Amino acid sequence: MTERLAPADDRVPAIPPLFRLQWEDAQQSYVLLFPEGMIKLNRSGGEILRRCDGRLTQGAVIAELNTAFAQDVGADVRAFLALATDKGWVTWRPAGATP
Amino acid sequence: MSTQATPATITPPLWLLAELTYTCPLHCVFCSNPVDFATHRNELSTDEWIRVLTEARALGAVQLGFSGGEPLTRDDLETLVAEARRLGYYSNLITSGVGLTEARIRRLKDAGLDHIQLSFQDSTRELNDFLSHTRTFDLKRRTAALIRAHGFPMVLNCVIHRLNIDHIGRIIDLAVEIGAEYLELANAQYYGWALLNRDHLIPTREQVATAQDVVARARERIGDKLRILLVIPDYFERRPKRCMNGWGSVFLTVCPDGTALPCQAARVLPDMQYPSVRRSSVREIWYESSAFNRFRGDDWMTEPCRSCPEKQMDLGGCRCQAYLLTGNANAADPVCDKSPQHGIVTAAVAAGGTSPPGRPLIFRTPDESRRLAATPPPIGSGVS
Repeated sequence: MTERLAPADDRVPAIPPLFRLQWEDAQQSYVLLFPEGMIKLNRSGGEILRRCDGRLTQGAVIAELNTAFAQDVGADVRAFLALATDKGWVTWRPAGATP
Repeated sequence: MSTQATPATITPPLWLLAELTYTCPLHCVFCSNPVDFATHRNELSTDEWIRVLTEARALGAVQLGFSGGEPLTRDDLETLVAEARRLGYYSNLITSGVGLTEARIRRLKDAGLDHIQLSFQDSTRELNDFLSHTRTFDLKRRTAALIRAHGFPMVLNCVIHRLNIDHIGRIIDLAVEIGAEYLELANAQYYGWALLNRDHLIPTREQVATAQDVVARARERIGDKLRILLVIPDYFERRPKRCMNGWGSVFLTVCPDGTALPCQAARVLPDMQYPSVRRSSVREIWYESSAFNRFRGDDWMTEPCRSCPEKQMDLGGCRCQAYLLTGNANAADPVCDKSPQHGIVTAAVAAGGTSPPGRPLIFRTPDESRRLAATPPPIGSGVS
């Protein structure tokens, strides 16, 4: 089971089944789809959320994005995922636990 | 400046409402279908719908509602859902629950349906069954359990009006009990059948205030386990709604016979030549048809909207409501207190709480529809 854990670098964020993330050509952005709604993500939001696949820890997401953006984006990623947690866009489980 | 023929910018349609059929086992007194629905026949075929889905998706449509009538009365629903999934839509079945068997819901899940919006009419069997003119309350509860069991996100939708608004607390309890993720408590909007029945349906100011309190306390108690959306009737506001986020801005409705509309209610407007997906591509309809360009931009506006500093916020409100209440589709939505005809709305609100004597509720049945199509009610100041 997914737990409502606080975000932390050794935990694994994932988009819950209520939501679907996909790339939209017409909007040139990732969007988060859910019943009756759609959030258009900016570039960094999209790049973060598409890595929340239930396998990478927050630390691993940050490491990938540091490479992709060629700078330290750790603080931005943690802030975004805290917000996303409040909104219900991501849930968390301990690393190694079964999704 | 924009003009009617070439508005400044046309944004892509993002939401497609596919009204598969006007056939419905229910006869709800607030149905949004056109009053003359029984005169519109000749439903689109499976292949025609697949072409509509494909073309709209290519333009950018991504949220898809399968609606009606009752979409489950179409036996090709699973085929259309599968096609929608393949195309990348996020699809929603908007249903009364009638016809949603175990076998059917399994097939819809396999086809890739994303979520289900189930309508209830009330928290009590008596009023649910009365308002829908059917014995469906127990069936809906069983359907809700089926939706949960198959892991669909569930939106419970209950249309609110004077007869059930005092039950909102119990409706919320019902939504928690059956495990819905979202509860939409949407007051009846006065179009179609709901306009015919408006004087029976409009709540009092006191009822609206109490309902807002009940919802606020429930949100505190329940937290985000259930997200509750309460929409009060716009008649109680002083500024009109930004209807459909603008005419031909985001929403595309395709009716059972292929008529394309900027919103479900738009069929009521006079002198409009609505395009059909049978004769035009979705691209032509969205970008080039005179109907979809008719109220884009603000050149169509009359005073007081034309010179109003707030015109970009509400875009003059709802064109259908302006026409239905004033007889002029270019007028300010009379919900706005700057409208010279705002008195029509305040009079309707003031009359709330007393059902008109000698005018019973009219149920949405094919017989009533044919009768009303032959003798339409007068336009202007509602139906009184």
